[in-house]
Amino acid sequence: MKRHLIAALAGVTMMAGPALAELTIVDLSYRTGPYGANGIPFSDGYQDYFTLLNERDGGIGGEKINLIECETAYNTEKGVECYEATKGEGALVYQPLSTGITYQLIPKVTADEIPLHTMGYGRTSAKNGEVFKWVFNYPANYWDGASLAVKHMMEQAGGSLEGKTIALVYHNSAYGKEPIRTLEKLSEKHGFNLTLLPVDHPGQEQKSQWLQIRREKPDFVLMYGWGVMNQVAIQEAVNIRFPMENFMGIWWSGSENDVKAAGDRADGYKALTFHNLGSDYPVYDDIQKYVVDTGKAAGAGDGIGSVLYNRGMYAAMLAAEAIKTAQEIHGVSDITSQQMRDGMENLEMTEEKMAEIGLPNFGPEFKVSCENHGGNGFGAVSQWDAEAGEFKLITDYFQSDQEVIQPLIEEDSMAFAKENNIEPGC
Amino acid sequence: MIYREAGDFKTSYVDDSQTFPIRFDRYGYYAALVVAFAIVPFVINDYWVNAVVLPFLIYAIAAIGLNILTGYCGQVSLGTGGFMAVGAYACYKLMTAFPDVSIIIHVILSGAITAAVGVLFGLPSLRIKGFYLAVATLAAQFFLVWLFNRVPWFYNYSASGQISAPEREVFGVAITGAETAPWAAYLFCLVFTVLSALIARNLTRGMVGRKWMAIRDMDIAAEIIGVNPLRAKLSAFAISSFFVGVSGALFFAVYLGAVEVGEAFGINKSFLVLFMVIIGGLGSIFGSFAGAAFLVILPVFLKIALADHAAVSPVSNALATLCLAIFGVALLLFLAHLVLRVFGRRLWKDLGALCGIVALIAFFAYALLSGGLGWPTDIVAHVQLIIVGALIIVFLVAEPHGLAQLWRVAKEKLRLWPFPH
Repeated sequence: MKRHLIAALAGVTMMAGPALAELTIVDLSYRTGPYGANGIPFSDGYQDYFTLLNERDGGIGGEKINLIECETAYNTEKGVECYEATKGEGALVYQPLSTGITYQLIPKVTADEIPLHTMGYGRTSAKNGEVFKWVFNYPANYWDGASLAVKHMMEQAGGSLEGKTIALVYHNSAYGKEPIRTLEKLSEKHGFNLTLLPVDHPGQEQKSQWLQIRREKPDFVLMYGWGVMNQVAIQEAVNIRFPMENFMGIWWSGSENDVKAAGDRADGYKALTFHNLGSDYPVYDDIQKYVVDTGKAAGAGDGIGSVLYNRGMYAAMLAAEAIKTAQEIHGVSDITSQQMRDGMENLEMTEEKMAEIGLPNFGPEFKVSCENHGGNGFGAVSQWDAEAGEFKLITDYFQSDQEVIQPLIEEDSMAFAKENNIEPGC
Repeated sequence: MIYREAGDFKTSYVDDSQTFPIRFDRYGYYAALVVAFAIVPFVINDYWVNAVVLPFLIYAIAAIGLNILTGYCGQVSLGTGGFMAVGAYACYKLMTAFPDVSIIIHVILSGAITAAVGVLFGLPSLRIKGFYLAVATLAAQFFLVWLFNRVPWFYNYSASGQISAPEREVFGVAITGAETAPWAAYLFCLVFTVLSALIARNLTRGMVGRKWMAIRDMDIAAEIIGVNPLRAKLSAFAISSFFVGVSGALFFAVYLGAVEVGEAFGINKSFLVLFMVIIGGLGSIFGSFAGAAFLVILPVFLKIALADHAAVSPVSNALATLCLAIFGVALLLFLAHLVLRVFGRRLWKDLGALCGIVALIAFFAYALLSGGLGWPTDIVAHVQLIIVGALIIVFLVAEPHGLAQLWRVAKEKLRLWPFPH
């Protein structure tokens, strides 16, 4: 433990860490590096919500929340260091906001019995709770995203994608590669052609990919990007005058940071989302009153209500609800990470619950179970309105093609179980 | 005083040419080995292993590898990350293809495969050198990363393109995978690090090493006195790549367990290892260790000192206040010294430097004793970048031979102390 390092270096014995009767939440954030622009608002939202609970309600179930932040710079080695440094403090759940770090942590959290919540990212087949007992990825995952995008494009094309071409511009890493297999299956099913255009980390160099798009004129472009890659891609799309309404990003490619740099011409760009947008919710009044006005806001406080701030807050809200559920199940307020897992596994998000929190109609309803750690795959499409300067939902929540996704999840998770000698079961 | 040669007689050439000719050094080395092998495994925990010790040991092997090539043979290489990736992917393919073979053999074979790849990319070094060679090895870096991303065979056609290490054992003890005990991973890497250092040290002071150094110092002169440049350069590439490959295999299999090639073995890794060699000291085995320790521990240290915040006991609180006071006084004296110098006066020759160092030490002592300063994590991350960058510049300007040279000078002074003249 780092206490030992301090002690060894200083030659002074230290007392035990922070008071034990607290709910410890670790925020593996990144406020630096090529992904910092997107990491900052997420982390701000995540922290502000817990600060709000501390300030307004005195924590959750009477227990204060002890928030620890650790900077990973989206780097797996630093992420591992952060995890090891903080797990001994009694962390209840980890939310690393990085598919790379998620892959590192899946075996570690399983051995250490700490739940991992990878909301809308990470390893998609972790939806199968029979194999991935400590990993959760509700309310939606990458494969849901691919299917939702194809569904929307099909609607846009008049009900059929036969003979059309979809180009996938993706971050050339585990994150970007995740949807490929699903898209291949979907292209067989719906008869469209799939063009794959990888973009290397961090994603500033995309000239050749967009040259190819200009030459081949795909009917639709789907993007799996993050950080600086999104901005560059949208700028390039503007440069080649690609019709924006045919250009769609996954939920990680749809924040204000990504489109604003490209100016008015980015108007009409679409992105998926699994939660609602804007700041027109009662909970924001509380955040303003208890967090911002008292000077306790994380970061500069300028991102409130932006897409990624909302997502961070949504993640914190789901964690807080899981803590509440765990407290109810076990009848104790000071829960352990093992009890937290039960809370997550029995989490049920209903409209009444969200309205009660102050976030009516904010996210899809879903119920987690032992078999299904990934929710029901509901998402919606948002569109950038450059004039108003905000993303707007243009569809209702609709469900992904479970027929295609479920067998893929089964196949991938069983392969993982076989590789790692895991006995699937609840 | 205790560190001296007087009375330490050598009666044979073997004695005289050993790695640690001074008795005190030698015993220190033995003591360090005993501590590392017999004591540390019993006290080490998860955090120490995963955050500090494993990266240190593994990067030390990589630094030794690069030091052989760049420090001893003078062939600039920016391809270290790519060669580490070769080691990692070779290890992955071997682990999955031959699950029953011991992981020790896999790691060594990964090194051998990397050596072959290294020789291939070392071929241009026969015609080009300096900057041109740096660019050629840079091409190797990008090519290898692209290759491992592009060809699904290397990652066994997995959906995400990640490779992850399955559980493998040595003598029935898990070495890779999540269930690995901290001491097992530590000892496994320690054995490889110690052996690498031993082999490298003995190679570099034998005939092979002398040929490398001859090529480094002046290749034409070396050729005239009978060194075959082809064999010298290619052997340097092969042996260097062997070590880098071993470190890549350990990095993937033991330390991280799952790897994404673009991120884990990108160009940043090449630079990191190069900085280790520069800060540690070109052409020195000790320097490889010093550089690796420095660049692995410094960020962790800064993070603990500046970003974390923990409750502390009253005793250390009082000590922290004391340190803060010392820091204040030293800083004031330092500033006063600067002001006086502007007006052309000096209080005492070394006062400024001394006060600066004392202020720095007092500040970090204060930070540690008060359980971390709790600064925002992004500011600390930027401070880390500034400090590491500044240190590289300072070392290049003030002491191009790095920490190893500082260590050497300190030892020279100690041997003469207290009679410097």
